Amino acid sequence: MEMVLSAAIGVLAASGIWLLLRPRTFQVIVGLCLLSYAVNLFIFAMGRITLGAPPIMPRGGFIDPTAYADPLPQALVLTAIVISFATTALFLVVMIASRGLTGTDHVDGQEREP
Amino acid sequence: MTHWIIAPVVLPALVAALMVVALRHSLALQRAASIVSILALNAIAVALLASATQTGPEAYFLGNWPAPFGIVLVLDRLSAMMVLLLTGLALPVVLYAVGSGWDAKGAHFHPLLQFLLMGIAGAFLTGDAFNLFVFFEVLLIASYGLMIHGGTRDRTRAGIQYVAFNLVGSSLFLIALATIYAVTGTLNMADLAEKLPTLPDGDAALIRVAAVMLIMVFAIKGALVPLQFWLPGTYANAPGVVASMFAVMTKVGAYATLRFGTLIFPTTLPATGPLVAEMLLPAALLTLAIGAIGILGATTLPRLVAMAAIASMGTAFIAIAAFTPATTSAALYYILHSTLATAALFLVADLVTRRRTDGMLTAQSPIAQSGLIGALFMVAAIAIAGMPPLSGFIGKLLILDAWRDHAATVWTAILVSTFLTILGLSRAGSTLFWKSQATAGDAPKPKPEPLAFAAVFALLAGLAALTILAGPVTRWLDATAASLYDPAPYIAATKLYQDRADAP
Repeated sequence: MEMVLSAAIGVLAASGIWLLLRPRTFQVIVGLCLLSYAVNLFIFAMGRITLGAPPIMPRGGFIDPTAYADPLPQALVLTAIVISFATTALFLVVMIASRGLTGTDHVDGQEREP
Repeated sequence: MTHWIIAPVVLPALVAALMVVALRHSLALQRAASIVSILALNAIAVALLASATQTGPEAYFLGNWPAPFGIVLVLDRLSAMMVLLLTGLALPVVLYAVGSGWDAKGAHFHPLLQFLLMGIAGAFLTGDAFNLFVFFEVLLIASYGLMIHGGTRDRTRAGIQYVAFNLVGSSLFLIALATIYAVTGTLNMADLAEKLPTLPDGDAALIRVAAVMLIMVFAIKGALVPLQFWLPGTYANAPGVVASMFAVMTKVGAYATLRFGTLIFPTTLPATGPLVAEMLLPAALLTLAIGAIGILGATTLPRLVAMAAIASMGTAFIAIAAFTPATTSAALYYILHSTLATAALFLVADLVTRRRTDGMLTAQSPIAQSGLIGALFMVAAIAIAGMPPLSGFIGKLLILDAWRDHAATVWTAILVSTFLTILGLSRAGSTLFWKSQATAGDAPKPKPEPLAFAAVFALLAGLAALTILAGPVTRWLDATAASLYDPAPYIAATKLYQDRADAP
């Protein structure tokens, strides 16, 4: 389980960084998305991997805290997802504006001289 | 004072929302609301500063949840000072935006400015590391909008690079925070300060990794080499008035480095030791060198000012990197000075650029009001280069004095770079204002804009006040720096939670 999760985070982060370094804005934005998926999974995993345990305390308080998952990373992930969603949407708008103004989707605003 | 602590965050948020919803169609009303809001913020910031000076650190428990389970805002001398610096800078900037008509060149300038104020004030006040990330995002999202305000081709292209760079920075911030949470189980800054020294040795490596990543994030914000690449393009292409407001955004990086370096990763912490300081000093020296060389090499006026901003961040980080009370006091003085000086120089550069066809540092036909603007440029240039009689000189003197033990490297770097800065600025000034006199032709004649000039005068008056009141200010800053190295009252303030009878 740990191996699969850490490999998934690693592959996502590596592909994200590779795409970030590409010259087209579309590749950059897909790279940023992959990177934020990796980050979200990482935060989630940092609350320890707990199988089949709810993060919510039952009415009347804890009976056995070890039977429950840590709720805080889940709240943090939710915040991070919302923020990265918003910033990605905003980036998309800037990207489209730049495409319209410069006429190219190169991150430098111009094609490289051949 | 309890509820006033959150006012610098809530007030701009409400005003911005009001502007977007109700005042969307009237620029005049938006301007009035924006100026009134910033005046009120200034009054609140002064009151908070007085309160922090008299009673020491004070915590505000959001939602009345006890720390470390809820989020706290903590008002101490440092955060109160930074909030006052922010609101004090915002007033001339908004006056300049109104006076020069920048705010009419695109939609939603004033709401975005208010959201930027909200984010920066929140970043200064928060006592929770994850909340710091959230406020960073708030200020960044507002800054993305301001950066491409009135978008032209070059501005939008620079905007893409700025947004991409900062989105990567945000990812890095989250990874660092998650690592810290995995090790300590808390993200409350005061709680972290208590828990980190008691960690088992096995976790030290993870904490070091997290510390390095956090400092990298703050270095992106503070434009520290090798993470400064976003700054010249962004500041040079952003509207002049926005670049001027951004002068305080790099200081968020400096503030966060100072806060984390003294409260959470002090040099006495076994896990990190002097790691943070050892990383910062070479980077800061390089930043200063690159900034100074950039000033000499710049071909446009806005880029020259952006390079001066990088050089001033280098100087500030040199002072921060020592992590002793004396150097921190010097760093705080220099941060106050360089924010106002950089902002003033950006505004003057904007005055020049809008009176010419472009910002190139070449002799063109003389600009309107050349004498007055030339004088303003000279005063701002003296301030940013650190020549007497203005506060830049006192700031650099304080830093040199505090670094007396390492005269060989630090003194050489600061003195040589100051010389290069003077050289670059005087060359730019003589080309712009003197050589241009010999060139024939008619430059664009904008209509008189007394409010814009008043804003520049206000910033320069702030620098003059900082110079004249250097004695009382440095005494106050000495006490502030001392309080940073004695975090017990800060930590105690977050524990003062009482379960109120009226709480649900």
